[in-house]
Amino acid sequence: MTTKTFKLGLLSAAALAASAGLAMAKSDIVVAMQLEPPHLDPTSAAAGAIDSVLYSNVFEGLTRFGSDGSVNPGLAKSWEISEDGKTYTFMLHEGVTFHDGSAMDAEDVKFSLDRARAEDSANAQKALFEGIENVEVVDPLTVKVTLAAPNGSFLFNMAWGDAVIVAPESIENIKTNPVGTGAFKFTNWVQGDKIDLEKNGAYWGTPAKLDKVSFKFISDPTAAFAAVMAEDVNAFVGFPAPENLPQFEADPRFQVLVGSTEGETILSTNNKMPPFDNVKVRKALAHAIDRQAIIDGAMFGYGTPIGTHFAPHNPDYVDLTGNSAYDPAMAKELLAEAGYADGFKTTLKLPPPSYARRGGEIIAAQLRAVGIEAEISNLEWAQWLEQVFRGKDYGLTIVSHTEPFDIGIYARPDYYFQYDNPSFQQLIADLGVEADPAKRSALLATAQETISGDYVNGYLFQLAYPTVANAKVKGLWKDAPTQATDLTGVYWE
Amino acid sequence: MRNLWLGGVLTAIFAGMAVLSFLWTPYDPTVLDIANKIKTPSTAHPLGTDHFGRDILSMIMVGARTSIAVALVAVGIGMGLGVPLGLTAAARKGGLLDELIMRGNDLVFAFPSLLIAIMITAVFGASAVNAIIAIGIFNIPVFARLTRSGALSLWTRDYVMAARVAGKGATRISVEHILPNVTNLLIVQGTIQFSLGILAEAGLSYVGLGAQPPTASWGRMLADSQTMISFAPHMALFPGLAILLTVLGLNLMGDGLRDMFDPKLRRARS
Repeated sequence: MTTKTFKLGLLSAAALAASAGLAMAKSDIVVAMQLEPPHLDPTSAAAGAIDSVLYSNVFEGLTRFGSDGSVNPGLAKSWEISEDGKTYTFMLHEGVTFHDGSAMDAEDVKFSLDRARAEDSANAQKALFEGIENVEVVDPLTVKVTLAAPNGSFLFNMAWGDAVIVAPESIENIKTNPVGTGAFKFTNWVQGDKIDLEKNGAYWGTPAKLDKVSFKFISDPTAAFAAVMAEDVNAFVGFPAPENLPQFEADPRFQVLVGSTEGETILSTNNKMPPFDNVKVRKALAHAIDRQAIIDGAMFGYGTPIGTHFAPHNPDYVDLTGNSAYDPAMAKELLAEAGYADGFKTTLKLPPPSYARRGGEIIAAQLRAVGIEAEISNLEWAQWLEQVFRGKDYGLTIVSHTEPFDIGIYARPDYYFQYDNPSFQQLIADLGVEADPAKRSALLATAQETISGDYVNGYLFQLAYPTVANAKVKGLWKDAPTQATDLTGVYWE
Repeated sequence: MRNLWLGGVLTAIFAGMAVLSFLWTPYDPTVLDIANKIKTPSTAHPLGTDHFGRDILSMIMVGARTSIAVALVAVGIGMGLGVPLGLTAAARKGGLLDELIMRGNDLVFAFPSLLIAIMITAVFGASAVNAIIAIGIFNIPVFARLTRSGALSLWTRDYVMAARVAGKGATRISVEHILPNVTNLLIVQGTIQFSLGILAEAGLSYVGLGAQPPTASWGRMLADSQTMISFAPHMALFPGLAILLTVLGLNLMGDGLRDMFDPKLRRARS
């Protein structure tokens, strides 16, 4: 009897130890996000979801973004910039291999950059590569990039997900089988459900701490809430229902990280469509909007008010919210001056995210208060891209512009808000060739003031980036300086 | 009779709220008051406020108006087209026209109605008008079938034969002799279809294809409250109850009306 009890005790102790050992050794993670990538080639599509899964995990560039938005060495361990600022010589890391075993060398860098800047390139951010005049292979570990003119943000540009290094051997099937150099390699994609990655044992740098990673795609906010609550997923990046965050915060099982993004959420205005071609009407619009009410009502308080198209955490940000303070009486006056004393009718087309749908209802109510009747129509993303973004068939819309440092879109008169101001276009052209930090700051300030003073769009708030995760998961990025879910440093406590 | 009374009272309450909402609501349901969002029921807001600080009672009153209007017109479409079709089919029993009408009905019946309603509103744009049309189309075969089956048994009656002998045409007989005698059937079925119409409207607005904001609708109130149900259950409870009670009331009323009209049951009772 005693031996039996003893044995039983030993067994359960062993089981306990085993389970404790398992818990300590937990090396897989399920990360959920809202949008699924359309395919897996970050160098040929604008869809941010591709970078959200693959950036830094599977694909790497010459430089890479840190969690604070800083630009750090990536595949290039160092670089030299010539005196005239036109030639960048990148020294590559030794012994870097792609996941298929082939070596990553200067030829691959040349291939990737030439492919991205080629005339028939499908790259969504071709502007990043515009200044490149020539890419030259000096030796297998040295690449010389020559620019047409000095470019202060070249290293920043090379850190984008659109500028990652790909191999000519695997480019053909990259959309379904991405082969990169990162700390994780792609294993499986169940469309409509998940993408699996596993640890790259032959990684050149600091190896990943996790062995297996699953990205799950859950678009419905209610399902997202249920999945996290039931612990079906270990983390949810970009959690879609801000109203549920306080509950997670109060629950010791979870941690909530509310970070900042590069997402300027704006009331985009069709600047060519009457009456919005009148700056007084746009100014009236800006004064009719109560930003704080939108942040409180649509985002449950998560979000920073902005007065121009620039991220508040950027050191060059100028706070211009005063330009468009909430003042419905003034808005009415301005409308009367513009000849719309009785208001007018327009359309407000809203894409699916809750910031747009809820924000749209609030803005419609605020506009109604000054006499503007904005007819709401809810669109799916595909419809929105077709009607609003490409078709420019809209009066107003709400969308978050999540690309980092994207004030340059205001210099494109064919962009969907159709803002055409030659002096602003000159400003952005000057900025492109200016390398002196102080002068760049001054130019950026002028740019921010120009679009704010022209009331191009209604500037609402900087989108918050909420991540809900198991309290034991460490090393997740809090902020989203670019669209990425960098899991290379993530581990279980 | 108890069913009829209970159903009648419930229906009257919501119909009354809908009518009253044209004249008065406690608050304007289109005005947002973010500072007062998600308040639980109190004397100022008997049913609390939603996530934009709108008064839920006012929204339910206006929502009743939306639901009833959509369901009423949809049933109207169903009856307006279905009844003449059914009468025609019965008058031409066994003929080509009868076959054509009834097989056409079968065709519409074969589709799951709510899915097709979703498709129609998705293609032609989400609005209350399109929701009415989508729901209305699926009411047509219901009424056509009912009218035809009711009419067929009447066509064999002696008084119809007498009317025929007197030289009345099929159309005239249908209108003067058949229609009045199927009316009770139609009233009962109309009540049931009315409640189904309210459910369908709520379903369409729930997926965002019914009445568009700022028009209040019960289905959208439910959809909006979905992610907040764990900390603001009142936001889901009241529109849910409104749908439940209205549909229950209409069904009870339909039941009661059937009992009242059905001669067999009437005889059994007396």
